[in-house]
Amino acid sequence: MAQTSHGVGDLTFDSSKRARPPELNVFFGLILIVLVFEVLGWLLLGDSFLFNTRDSVDTLFNEQRLQIIVLQVAIVGILAVGVTQVIITGGIDLSSGSVVGATAMITMAFAQAGTLNGVDNTRAVFWDQGWVDLPVIVPIVVALLCGVTAGFINGMVIAYTKIPPFIATLGMMVSARGMAKWLTKGQPISFPTESYASIANGEIIATGWNPVIYFVIIATLFHLALKYTLYGKHTYAIGSNSEAARIAGIKVERHLVLVYSIAGLMAGIAALILTSRNLTAQTGMGVMYELDAIAMAVIGGVSLSGGRGSIIGTALGMLIFGVIISGFTFLKIDAYYQEMIKGVIIVSAVVADVWRQKRRAMQG
Amino acid sequence: MNDKIILKTEKLTKHYGGVHALQDADFELHEGEHVAIVGDNGAGKSTIVRQITGVEQRTSGKVWFDGQEVNFAGPLDSRHAGMETVYQNLALCDDLDVPSNLYLGREIIKFYLGPFSILDRKAMRVATEAALKRTAVKIPNLSNTIRHMSGGQRQCVAIARSASFASKLIIMDEPTAALGVQETGQVENIIRNLKAEGVPLILISHNLRQVFDLVDRIVVFRRGRIVASLNKNETDGQDIVQYITGVKGGLETAA
Repeated sequence: MAQTSHGVGDLTFDSSKRARPPELNVFFGLILIVLVFEVLGWLLLGDSFLFNTRDSVDTLFNEQRLQIIVLQVAIVGILAVGVTQVIITGGIDLSSGSVVGATAMITMAFAQAGTLNGVDNTRAVFWDQGWVDLPVIVPIVVALLCGVTAGFINGMVIAYTKIPPFIATLGMMVSARGMAKWLTKGQPISFPTESYASIANGEIIATGWNPVIYFVIIATLFHLALKYTLYGKHTYAIGSNSEAARIAGIKVERHLVLVYSIAGLMAGIAALILTSRNLTAQTGMGVMYELDAIAMAVIGGVSLSGGRGSIIGTALGMLIFGVIISGFTFLKIDAYYQEMIKGVIIVSAVVADVWRQKRRAMQG
Repeated sequence: MNDKIILKTEKLTKHYGGVHALQDADFELHEGEHVAIVGDNGAGKSTIVRQITGVEQRTSGKVWFDGQEVNFAGPLDSRHAGMETVYQNLALCDDLDVPSNLYLGREIIKFYLGPFSILDRKAMRVATEAALKRTAVKIPNLSNTIRHMSGGQRQCVAIARSASFASKLIIMDEPTAALGVQETGQVENIIRNLKAEGVPLILISHNLRQVFDLVDRIVVFRRGRIVASLNKNETDGQDIVQYITGVKGGLETAA
């Protein structure tokens, strides 16, 4: 408190307590990581990571690489947005990856085409029922319903049985993965209708960017909801001090059910985009996505103890994630090493979060 | 002193299993009056507050508030009736700023969209500044989260919140127990302001100096019973201590 200055009006200003927004630190981290890859690229390969070095293309940046960076994380990014708000309430969602898998399978079954190259697609899951060539709205509604249902169950179990979110969503993670295998006994489901395929592959603004466009829309909506609405205020309040929130009259249980349902909805949307993009659904879809999503949020400064974090942070965390994966591929590092290092990054992000809190507690 | 009774309890009793935490408490509070509740640990001070505000359900007895017999099902009911409590554990959200804490659960809405209603942040901020001014609470930067504030500042925010919303009664449970000398002074000033404004107050405190400084009447609890209700001018610290410890106070000494 030594640097606190007392004015004549008895107002005080303590500059040390005007904290820099944590997102800024994450942003600097992102730039630093990009620079590291840039330098390593020149040292090891004699090539630039981010800038265009080919004469045939007339652009400043290596646009192909930029597109890969964002495209490969955009779908998991949608999960990360959902899990961000869950973590802000002080919870966790381990089920999102499995819910993506289950939703992908169920949704794809409702999205299959009736004819392939002029031949009847008799291997379609619902061929006997005649549920082929359905209007695209059907699989979309199915996907959203699947996601919301899984999230709703998570929310109800967590809010009303008071068991730790870790356990509740772990249960959902295992069950939903089973669900993914149940419909076709583990067989993949392929050949969607053209209109379904166009969800991710059609042209909205520019072809090939759809997942990113969906991510940007969703992230913007969540940013606004968390910052400017009752929903966001109560989400932060519950994560900060759920007992105080309850005393203040916030319906904590109902709000938690809503938060987890919306996280489930995000898993549904992710499954929709993922299957539409890949034109197939497999039982293993979304494996480990939940951990990637949590890692993106934590790297982005969302505190696992709840109450702190933002969508901007998570979006930056997502970019860091994308840059690291692309960077490793660029440096021709094996996928095994990539996974090992990914684990290190996740743990480091959590350690950083714990340190931040310790420092804060000492300042406070 | 105004004669209108704002709060009255009759034979208020609370048993936790076999423990008689509160026994036949008859308590009265007049309009504009500040009353202190003192007593040893476990004497029933916090227990009577919990029965009045509806945090717990009483075993037996009756409560009248503002002329009506009341049965609060929970703390929210008592708040809606115009009763505010500053809890010992503050009940603030560390990660929210001052206006958000002041308006927690009662946010001002700009545009109604159910759970996604848009907040009127500017209105809340302006109203917060006014509320802090009215209660003479000085907070350097309203946008700071509570986490970044000292214990005194936090307590001031909690009290300002109660003072801003309480229309009829404020209850404070040990508001200065964890504060330093200067911060305690600030909280005591707020209480004096409330007195000047005529807001009735129940103050639970261990600090007899503070009690004699601030309130009109002192109610002494001992072993779940009210053993004395004394006007400040008719008693002194030693007298109160004798009631607290049971040296005085017929029923208990006889037992």
